[in-house]
Amino acid sequence: MLVKIPELAFGPILPELIITVSAMTALLLGAFGRRAIVGTIAGAVALVGSGLALLFTLSLWNAGAAVYNGLYTIDTFGTFFKALALIVAILVTLLSLRYVEREDIVKGEYYALTLFGVLGMMIMVSSTHFVTIFIGLEVMSIAIYVLCGMLSGNPRSAEASLKYFLLGAFATAFLLYGIALVYAATGLLDIREIADYIVSGRFQLTPLFMIGIAMLVVGFGFKTAAVPFHMWTPDVYEGAPTSITAFMATGIKAAAFGAFLRVFYTAFLPLLGAWSGMLWLIAVATMTIGNITALVQDDVKRMLAYSSIAHAGYILIAFVVGDLFSSVGILFYILVYTFMNIGAFTVVIILGQKGRQRTGIEHYAGLAGRHPLIAIAMTVFLLSLAGMPPLAGFMGKFYVLSAAIKAKYYWLAVIGVLNSVVAAYYYLRVVMYMYFREAAADAEPAGRPDFSPAYGVVIAVSVWALFHMGIFPRGFLLIAQRSVEIFM
Amino acid sequence: MLPELSTTVCFILSGVLFTIGAVGAILRRNVIVVFMCIELMLNAVNLVFIAAANTLASMDGSVFVFFIMTVAAVEAAVGLAIFVMVFRQRNTIDPYEIDLLKG
Repeated sequence: MLVKIPELAFGPILPELIITVSAMTALLLGAFGRRAIVGTIAGAVALVGSGLALLFTLSLWNAGAAVYNGLYTIDTFGTFFKALALIVAILVTLLSLRYVEREDIVKGEYYALTLFGVLGMMIMVSSTHFVTIFIGLEVMSIAIYVLCGMLSGNPRSAEASLKYFLLGAFATAFLLYGIALVYAATGLLDIREIADYIVSGRFQLTPLFMIGIAMLVVGFGFKTAAVPFHMWTPDVYEGAPTSITAFMATGIKAAAFGAFLRVFYTAFLPLLGAWSGMLWLIAVATMTIGNITALVQDDVKRMLAYSSIAHAGYILIAFVVGDLFSSVGILFYILVYTFMNIGAFTVVIILGQKGRQRTGIEHYAGLAGRHPLIAIAMTVFLLSLAGMPPLAGFMGKFYVLSAAIKAKYYWLAVIGVLNSVVAAYYYLRVVMYMYFREAAADAEPAGRPDFSPAYGVVIAVSVWALFHMGIFPRGFLLIAQRSVEIFM
Repeated sequence: MLPELSTTVCFILSGVLFTIGAVGAILRRNVIVVFMCIELMLNAVNLVFIAAANTLASMDGSVFVFFIMTVAAVEAAVGLAIFVMVFRQRNTIDPYEIDLLKG
């Protein structure tokens, strides 16, 4: 057999290379020194590396290419998600600068693993080949398994790491079985070739193939935390270091949805009728169970975990529809969702103290009197999560739901609206605690919030992004539209 | 020479292995055994790939198996380290006793 050696082209994967080199530099810094200054340098390396990679990613916006024998693809869709992953990396690194100092986390490894996680996200969203998608997913997941347990000596953190590892590996097996069955039915591993094969007429819908699709839904459902594959989410989000929770809630969810969307909208779109019913059920269950369980949570971090499950449900509403308009809605929603969550988790970090997360809702009582600016920022994030205009959360829900109505999925849209009404209760409950509830007289003194300018930057960027995308969404919608053109 | 197994037999065997692994992963009370069950599931996947690659006379499936084995090795390395960390703190690796996080 003649094997074609691919031309060595490093240009298209320059962002990935930069991230790899920065990660290894951070790792080496961690290995050679334990002094505080080394940790700060590692943080700076992570920040500069992500920034540079973001610049190069954006410069590849118009480049469309399949490199390395079709194993890797550069297109607008991939670039959109890569840029999002890098923005998440920059924001998470910024809020980690002070947080890892406070919690005494080993810094070199922390930044190196964060960067490897981002590398995995970038790889998994920019390939049409199952091998590359799988490798990217694993690079990301394995880094995060370790990051969840980085709070040394904290049994909750170790437990989160263990749970995430076991359920993550379990989900990976399902994903792989799905890939294997699709391969057995078609003999192909490239999703563009599978799409061609499906429309070619030689294809018949066998049970083998359908089980394969169902297994893929299970595998991606785990990573996006969709019901009934969400059991790990609240536990892992609660136990992990809060900066990593923010990373998981935004970066992993975005990357998993990116790969999910690419696989299903490229390869299986002609069979939409065969899988949209299954996703319809998952979307309804995800929204409803996420929101109803969030209602009874008294821990803000846990409440945000359930709310992230519910938001996956809203994204799945548009996923069911399966047209260009709905996929624009998905991308826009993911973008908006990222900023709301990073912001909210940053406030959770600021109010915590070393070793004590202080995430119970009673710690938020009377916050407006003590720290009015933090309370205002948290209110903006919560109102956006609840979907209040003029914030971006409203526009995100608007596009997702109007996609459903346009495609005549009326019941789905109605359930979505009812769910966001329910959701408003638990978001506004925190706002109510912050503004209208005095801290209990016997409560321990709150102490100074752990503030640093880096947190301020993250919060300012998130607030600005939410107002900007809420009031002038047009530019972002055009970007999303360019990104999903590859599906048509 | 051994008689060749039909592809259908391989698929059924892999389905059985995968089910045993999945059920075991949910029911067993020792984290190491749970992890072994997950490895069994991965090997069921490998079996499908090998059988399909053989029938279809395509290399892709056989190559994929190498990637799966590599990743399984990496998962074992990370996973066992996590088990050791948990065991040192809690003196148990029974998943039913590791229940600080609940709500």
